[in-house]
Amino acid sequence: MTSETAAAERPNWRRYFAWNTDHKVIGIQYLVTTFFFFLVGGLIAMLIRFELIQPGVDLVDGTVFNRFLTNHGSTMIFLWVIPVLAGFGNYVLPLQLGAKDMAFPRLNALSYWLLLTGGLIMLGSFFVGASESGWTAYAPLSIEGPDGQSLWAVSIFILGFSSIFGAINFLVTTVTMRAEGVTLWRLPLFVWGMIATSISVVVATPVLTTALVMVALDRMAGTMFFSAAAGASPVHYQSLFWFYSHPAVYIMVLPAMGIISEVLPVFSRKPIFGYKTIAISSMAISVLGMTVWAHHMFTSGMDPRLRLPFMITSMIIAVPTGVKIFSWLATVWDGKLHLKTPMLFSLGFISMFLIGGIGGIFLAAIPIDIHVHDTYFVVGHLHMVLFGGSVFGIFAGLYYWFPKITGRMYQEWLGKVHFWLTLVGTILTYIPMHLAGLAGMPRRIVDYADEFTDLNVLASIGGFILGIAVLPFIYNVIVSWARGPAAGNNPWRALTLEWQTSSPPPEHNFEHEPRMDHGPYDFGHDLVTGTPAAAPASGD
Amino acid sequence: MAAHEAGMTHKSEFRAGRQLGLNHVKLGMWLFIASEVMFFGGLIATFLKYKLALPTNEAAHLDVTLVGANTFLLLTSSFTLVLALAGLRDGKRGAFLRNLLFTVLLGALFLAGQGYEFSLLYAEGVTLSSSLFGSTFFTLTGFHGLHVLIGVVWALVLIVRGTRGAYSADNDLGIEIFGLYWHFVDIVWIVLFTLIYLI
Repeated sequence: MTSETAAAERPNWRRYFAWNTDHKVIGIQYLVTTFFFFLVGGLIAMLIRFELIQPGVDLVDGTVFNRFLTNHGSTMIFLWVIPVLAGFGNYVLPLQLGAKDMAFPRLNALSYWLLLTGGLIMLGSFFVGASESGWTAYAPLSIEGPDGQSLWAVSIFILGFSSIFGAINFLVTTVTMRAEGVTLWRLPLFVWGMIATSISVVVATPVLTTALVMVALDRMAGTMFFSAAAGASPVHYQSLFWFYSHPAVYIMVLPAMGIISEVLPVFSRKPIFGYKTIAISSMAISVLGMTVWAHHMFTSGMDPRLRLPFMITSMIIAVPTGVKIFSWLATVWDGKLHLKTPMLFSLGFISMFLIGGIGGIFLAAIPIDIHVHDTYFVVGHLHMVLFGGSVFGIFAGLYYWFPKITGRMYQEWLGKVHFWLTLVGTILTYIPMHLAGLAGMPRRIVDYADEFTDLNVLASIGGFILGIAVLPFIYNVIVSWARGPAAGNNPWRALTLEWQTSSPPPEHNFEHEPRMDHGPYDFGHDLVTGTPAAAPASGD
Repeated sequence: MAAHEAGMTHKSEFRAGRQLGLNHVKLGMWLFIASEVMFFGGLIATFLKYKLALPTNEAAHLDVTLVGANTFLLLTSSFTLVLALAGLRDGKRGAFLRNLLFTVLLGALFLAGQGYEFSLLYAEGVTLSSSLFGSTFFTLTGFHGLHVLIGVVWALVLIVRGTRGAYSADNDLGIEIFGLYWHFVDIVWIVLFTLIYLI
């Protein structure tokens, strides 16, 4: 039946290239488009690592290097991690709620087409001299850069709308469209992650829009918002920018944390440990995340008296994060582990994110931050949480829901090759960056002192391994989607609602009105095996 | 926005929302307004920061009487919109459409007044690029004006749809959603008027 459904859908492939309001079509549009942007951003990263494999200005000059690093960062953040998670939200969230679609299907389609437009504008800016101010676009660099800087601002402006419309849709869908029995404390943790993220998006993104409007006006209309010559404060830009862009860090990780909270109990055959604490921690991170932005600005010349409160709030974020990590460990503990690819990536998430997170505590401490500010320590840290964290979570989700989305099973051994290459590449790339940063290597410079050569060779080799690592993934997806074995409705024997319909789901998602009579992770309860909760289900 | 999806409220898929007494379009609009608050919050913070850090006497060019009258027009337009919604709910189609038209006219008059104010200031040399005061003042009030303009166009669409019978006492969501937006734009103006012209 599953393969019949898949076969019946095949002639409809054109709908993926047109305006379509089905959340599943939009979800796939998001996932595929953002993966394309991931490849572009990754290719730029390869070029950066190629330039940095030895000291000296050899492959590209400083200007081109700055354009590469600016658009590598912007692409990965605004065109890959943030929207790919919205793609999961699109495909999975309504199914997990037992809903037929999102609350505003046309607004949802608009979100996707705005994303595509914004993305193409950003990449197109390479033809007119791409932005070269770093992804942070600090004034006055961003005021003085080439024309591409204006296009960059316009594209981020458009992407902001895409993001806000998406977030409103996720929130309204969750509140108003839950099926019978899907109560507040039965929401899957991925949904909780999307709620927390969406609140941050609604509240913080408009402030970035404000900052970009002012940059664009300074560039095009002769205003002087950030002109030091007129007495204005360029540091004020940094406040507005980080008011969005630090919450953006949580926007990029909370849904990924949600994904691994789905995967860990299913592949441990145990209820999740601390369901409510994980859910509340997500909300706490979302709210606290809006109170920490100035820890990016300790060296900017801001009022030094403000450093301490921002250091304290930043460190408090570690508490709900730690609560989650311990809850995940307790979930895995004594479980019957099935080390399939989604599980491997989830375990990889915990370990890599932990390293990145601890680096974050270092950076929140004022004296250390002042010492390593704008060094490769920061680059290593942010990649450890964004790649080792978010991207591991994204891959966990891609493998986990692949059978649901396509109706077919991927090849496990290729997935494992992908995982191990990614893990080795991550450690090899980002740990040396931490070390180089501690030794004083500045970030965003095309050249470096000879003493950093060894660490940079390691980081470059690691970077190339990460590049190679996606090849088995791409091959796996294409081959398995085309002619993989039928996956069945619920290959992982999960309890959330998206698995209680066919793979892929029919147009209205559920043949019968769905209904939830148990928690999302009640493994071991009567309904599965008859054994008591919290014990591994027998026979697994 | 998605106002004409009002009919969807009765479909089963929004059961959870109905149990909470929440209409999905209204909730969506409230969330959109929340993000608008933050957008204006960023602009207002910038205006205040520079106003406090770099006091200038350029604010003396502002014509409080003219803008006070303009403020009165905008506030009245919120009142006429409330009358329009009340008329619709009482089944008085004439009162509904007439008051909606008043709202449009008052909004348009406000925009005309703002345009006149801007032209006076430009004549006196206060422009977008004359100083930080000019930059922050015109950007902040200009974005508010843009919101009024969007509201006026939106209200015109409502009038056209209203004359074709799109709204009734049972189907007033489209008007209510617009009301949320219009009152919000009004409230923003009260804040701006106080911060820019009175303090």
